[in-house]
Amino acid sequence: MTTATARNVPAAGRALLGDGRDLLSDGLTLIGREIGRLWAEPGQIIAALAFPVVMVVLFGYVFGSAIAVPGGGDYREYLMPGLFAMVVFTSAQGVMTRMAADASRGVMDRFRSMPMARLAVPFGQTGADALVGLPLLAVMVGTGLLVGWRPHRGVALTAAAFLLIVLVRYALSWLGAYLGLVVRDEQLAGQLVPLFLPVTMLSNAFVPTGGMPAWLRLVCDWNPVSAITAAARVLFGNPGVRTAHPAWPLEHPVITVLLWSAGLLIVFAPLAVRAQNRWGK
Amino acid sequence: MPDPIVVAEGLHKAFGGTRALRGLDLSVPRGTVCGLLGPNGAGKTTAVRILATLSDPDAGRAAVAGYDVVRDARKVRERIGLAGQYAAVDEKLTGRANLRMFGRLHHLPRREARTRADELLDRFGLADAADRRVAGYSGGMRRRLDLITCLLRRPKVLFLDEPTTGLDPRGRAEIWGAVRALVGDGTTVLLTTQYLDEADQLADDIAVIDRGRVIARGTPDELKAAIGDRLDVVLEDPSGLRPAAVVLHGLAGTDPAMTGRDRLSVPLPGGHRLADIVRELDRAGVAAADIRLRRPTLDEVFLRLTAQKESA
Ligand SMILES: Nc1ncnc2c1ncn2[C@@H]1O[C@H](COP(=O)(O)OP(=O)(O)O)[C@@H](O)[C@H]1O
Ligand SMILES: [Mg+2]
Repeated sequence: MTTATARNVPAAGRALLGDGRDLLSDGLTLIGREIGRLWAEPGQIIAALAFPVVMVVLFGYVFGSAIAVPGGGDYREYLMPGLFAMVVFTSAQGVMTRMAADASRGVMDRFRSMPMARLAVPFGQTGADALVGLPLLAVMVGTGLLVGWRPHRGVALTAAAFLLIVLVRYALSWLGAYLGLVVRDEQLAGQLVPLFLPVTMLSNAFVPTGGMPAWLRLVCDWNPVSAITAAARVLFGNPGVRTAHPAWPLEHPVITVLLWSAGLLIVFAPLAVRAQNRWGK
Repeated sequence: MPDPIVVAEGLHKAFGGTRALRGLDLSVPRGTVCGLLGPNGAGKTTAVRILATLSDPDAGRAAVAGYDVVRDARKVRERIGLAGQYAAVDEKLTGRANLRMFGRLHHLPRREARTRADELLDRFGLADAADRRVAGYSGGMRRRLDLITCLLRRPKVLFLDEPTTGLDPRGRAEIWGAVRALVGDGTTVLLTTQYLDEADQLADDIAVIDRGRVIARGTPDELKAAIGDRLDVVLEDPSGLRPAAVVLHGLAGTDPAMTGRDRLSVPLPGGHRLADIVRELDRAGVAAADIRLRRPTLDEVFLRLTAQKESA
């Protein structure tokens, strides 16, 4: 009698990766699927594109009239890096919801019963999210430019800022993929979604942290959303970089964001792959 | 058994304290339809998930198309199709887009994925709905599409887990038609069901499963004959009770039970015809208001089979 524990390791590796060609072609097929789903729901595309525009206008003009930027400067110049960070952070919820939907509707089981590379599923989801993030970023940049935001430090640093934003979005989408596989339940995932936005509020994205109580400031200073915001402010040359009580992550925001991204990928990519592979075993 | 294509030996699987499978043995000959019949919680889904490589057994072994489901999982996956308890298709895509996607994920070349999708949509009566989004499909259409996605690569073995649960009679008939068509192609089918009539309609061979074990095996006729029918007689007049009881005893070999002041009921071995029973009662001068020969319900099959198992 052969027992289940006598697992053949090379065979397991092959199931995970297929051969390299499978991983690539299956991943592309699944990216195509996500794009197809978006096409099928133009309303969703419009809503997704409208969201950052609404945010720019809402925060820029509603908060903008009440908040003084530390060190002086235009509030909308101060705000845009925070909005980039917010959109990046909340994007993880999309991947989470889609993974959980596939898991709870049996689609994940179907994938797992097919001779495809298992890694292709999280790769497809995170890859599609990165692709879909690009036009959204472009719309936000356009809106920002319209309301008076500008990058001030030249092409290279501006490009570096956008690369950093794309990188951290990709890293966060693996966190989303993992959460979706752990939650497994479409409805529960939907209930988690409203938790993302408050996390972005606990940061320097919209208001200066200088006036907060010390404990709250500590939370905000170490929130990765703050680091993303601060890094973008530095690289775009937008106001609000100097704070009264600089914490380490905000003193070194670019390094902090790189560390966060690397950390998220190193931790959650293997976890997501493991969860996908062991799902329901 | 000649040339089994699905073999399971002594499968065990526990979830925490729940022992879902407790030594399940199964063997399905190539080209047949095997019905795994059992009540909710019997372990049907657990067995199918192990055979379809989604889950590993705690002990025991299983092979599909000659490949071990744990060690050669990928080889198995290349040769099977699985339609689970829920239609696992993408609701937001059209039927055609779903099939093309799954075809590509089955590593069919792009052209073949297209032609195969069109061919199957046509064959299973979904051509008209092919370019509508699945969200607008009826339950039966969804399950048919789900079934088709398993066929893109011409599987050797098809696993269907309660393919008609939750469908209306029309949807159920549609799925039954589709399964019969597949059998005509020579595909081996292992289907689970809670309904005796479904197993009866589709399966060449039934394995009755209860609490993680196969407790009876046979063709539908064999099982029914083993369990027998039930005969209920309602008399015109209670005075006919005694002669009626004598006739029924003669037929059944046991004493009938009185189920009312004018009615009797007795289990009957298979093979009796209603017309013969009527004639026998008539000859004894019994006037019957109603005579009913009932097929056993699934509940009765279970009660009888599990009772036999426990007393044995
Ligand atoms: N993933 C799981 N976690 C915990 N218990 C499970 C799981 N899957 C099945 N079970 C339990 O195992 C038993 C058999 O379940 P299942 O195979 O789904 O039965 P069936 O498909 O015949 O209704 C049930 O008692 C069920 O509650
Ligand atoms: Mg089940």
